[in-house]
Amino acid sequence: MTDQDIVNGLTRILRDLLSDDSIVLRMETKRDEVANWDSFAYVSFIVAVEIEFGVKFGVAEVESFPNVGAIARRISAILLPR
Amino acid sequence: MMDWLPAAQDFRGCLRLALEPSSNRLEKLAALAQHKLGFLETIQLDRALGPVGAESPQGFSSGRVAILASATVDHLVPAIRVSGLRRRLLLDVHVGPYGQYRQQLLEAESLLHQLRPQIVVLSLTAREAIVAVPLTATSAEADAAIGRSIDELRMLWRKARETFHATVIQQTFLNIAEPLFGSYDRLVAGAPAQLIAHLNEQLSLAAAEDGVLLLDIARASERDGLDAWFDVTRWLQAKMEIAPRAAPVYGDLLARVIAAQRGLSKKCLVLDLDNTLWGGVIGDDGPEGIILGEGTGTGEAHLALQRYAKQLRERGVILAVCSKNDPAVAEAVFRDHPEMLLRRADIAAFVANWEDKSANLRRIAEQLNIGIESLVFVDDNPAERARVRQSLPMVAVPELPADAAQYVRCLADAGYFESVFFTADDSRRGEQYSANASREVFLESSQSMDDFLRGLDMSVIFGPFQTVDLARIAQLIGKTNQFNPTTRRHSLEDVARFVASDRCLPLQFRLVDRFGDNGLVSAMILRPDPQAPDLIEIDTWVMSCRVFGRQLEWEAMNIAVETACRMGVRRFRADYIPTSKNGVVRDLYSALGFTLAQEPALQDGAKRWFLQLSDYVPHSTHIARRSE
Repeated sequence: MTDQDIVNGLTRILRDLLSDDSIVLRMETKRDEVANWDSFAYVSFIVAVEIEFGVKFGVAEVESFPNVGAIARRISAILLPR
Repeated sequence: MMDWLPAAQDFRGCLRLALEPSSNRLEKLAALAQHKLGFLETIQLDRALGPVGAESPQGFSSGRVAILASATVDHLVPAIRVSGLRRRLLLDVHVGPYGQYRQQLLEAESLLHQLRPQIVVLSLTAREAIVAVPLTATSAEADAAIGRSIDELRMLWRKARETFHATVIQQTFLNIAEPLFGSYDRLVAGAPAQLIAHLNEQLSLAAAEDGVLLLDIARASERDGLDAWFDVTRWLQAKMEIAPRAAPVYGDLLARVIAAQRGLSKKCLVLDLDNTLWGGVIGDDGPEGIILGEGTGTGEAHLALQRYAKQLRERGVILAVCSKNDPAVAEAVFRDHPEMLLRRADIAAFVANWEDKSANLRRIAEQLNIGIESLVFVDDNPAERARVRQSLPMVAVPELPADAAQYVRCLADAGYFESVFFTADDSRRGEQYSANASREVFLESSQSMDDFLRGLDMSVIFGPFQTVDLARIAQLIGKTNQFNPTTRRHSLEDVARFVASDRCLPLQFRLVDRFGDNGLVSAMILRPDPQAPDLIEIDTWVMSCRVFGRQLEWEAMNIAVETACRMGVRRFRADYIPTSKNGVVRDLYSALGFTLAQEPALQDGAKRWFLQLSDYVPHSTHIARRSE
């Protein structure tokens, strides 16, 4: 799975979560650039991502992901050894 | 988790279809809610459902729920609403401001007071209750500290009831305390894990005493494992004590309790036979060839399902059989097989033939005189399950796992028979339904209906509500959907209030006949109209479907009229408020001699009836009277 595949997966999750099919995430997208992606929706997003990709982020990670790319790279790093 | 629900085929596609403008959105969403949904799917379905109004559409009922919490619970709301939808219950769910549950209940200006909830859920963490108790606390000190927490909760429960007449549902405490001493924790009164365990025990006792309902997530977390329910990252990140992954289960557990309180729990367990109640096919393998009983794991697994069904019967669930079999061959197993735990007399309706199971399920509901939506159908065959789900979507059909060892767990996890009462009448219900079978036989041998009723030797035992019967009466009021002209639900405390008021006339009726005691089968609450001293209103009148067609409604009205006359009452007023289930009493009051009011129409097709007591002609019945 490439980082872009992961970003596509993240886009689909966020679209479902916010019922907004116009969302397109890129590696450099930040949370405040997406309408309605507030802190509550962010928690739900992280939960959905953890379930979908079968990963678990640490508390420090979820608090400090600077952008979508950081999330994608972290997922990639967790999944790589498998 | 939620493995009793079938997986959704093409969730997105179904959701898109449901949202098309011309479609029957609510029905399609309700059908989708019958499936196993993940965290994200639950949120999507909830959003598609949208806000629910005060009016409930045909075939749905509604409820206003307020959750007062000491942790974040907003993430649970979608699952609660979707689980309500699964039961055709449209819930308007409000979450009180974070951590302000006391203020919300106690301050008259709070948001809660504008909302007027019908159900108040208290979702609290154990932290507050145990934080001040030192590790060195003696057993007595720990008791006292826990007692203070419980007393405060009781005060809040009382407040919720007095202010809103709301049903109070108290969540049990999730025991998230880490071991401190290890196994020795249980021997240290002040150890956090022990304090929380103790808190839950005391909570149960207080709730039983006060008639408050519990939402037992502590038990659920033991079932699923604490890690499924508590995710420390979510706690640290967002103060969510209940893990978002557990939301679908949480919602279902809560909706069960609400549905049970509304009389929407299932009533009858319908069992398939071959490879369900026993291993193998009786028609092919014969009585010696089927696998049942001690000795083999498979035989014991099937026996375990029988044992569970028998226990359910003991708590008031009706048992039925629906099987593709030769009836004589199938019945012979119940009569002759030494390992059978269920006997023929345990089964209130026994249908074995080669016809379509959906038609047979309809027949069972008719025979038992219960709504088809109160059936649960357990069958090992996926094709039969799919067919029944397709043609009878209102029947609950658990997705039984392939392994017979898991049957009981699957059925138990589904929580179809969630209850908010348990009375002595419940444990006798099985016998009462079986006695009904004897009555059926007697009816067939009778020359006429009149002959049958005379031959039953019926007597009614009646009087004001008896204290020992209050729980049964509240249950009858809560569960009766058919013979219930107003469908007003009154809690146990309401019922107790009616008894205490000297202006109310509450009447209970028990019907006995030559085949046995039918139990307390009818209750009537007559309330005076403050505006008109000579007028009394039939606020509530319920009757168990077990005794329909026995003239009890006539004799009960004779008794009510006589009693009211003695109190100086001159007129009765009675409303009929139609629902999808109470068509059986549409013409009740007209048949009893009431006249339709000429006043402006009531809402929702309701009708208002009056009876001038001096005009009442008592109905002659075959029921003798005995007063209590």
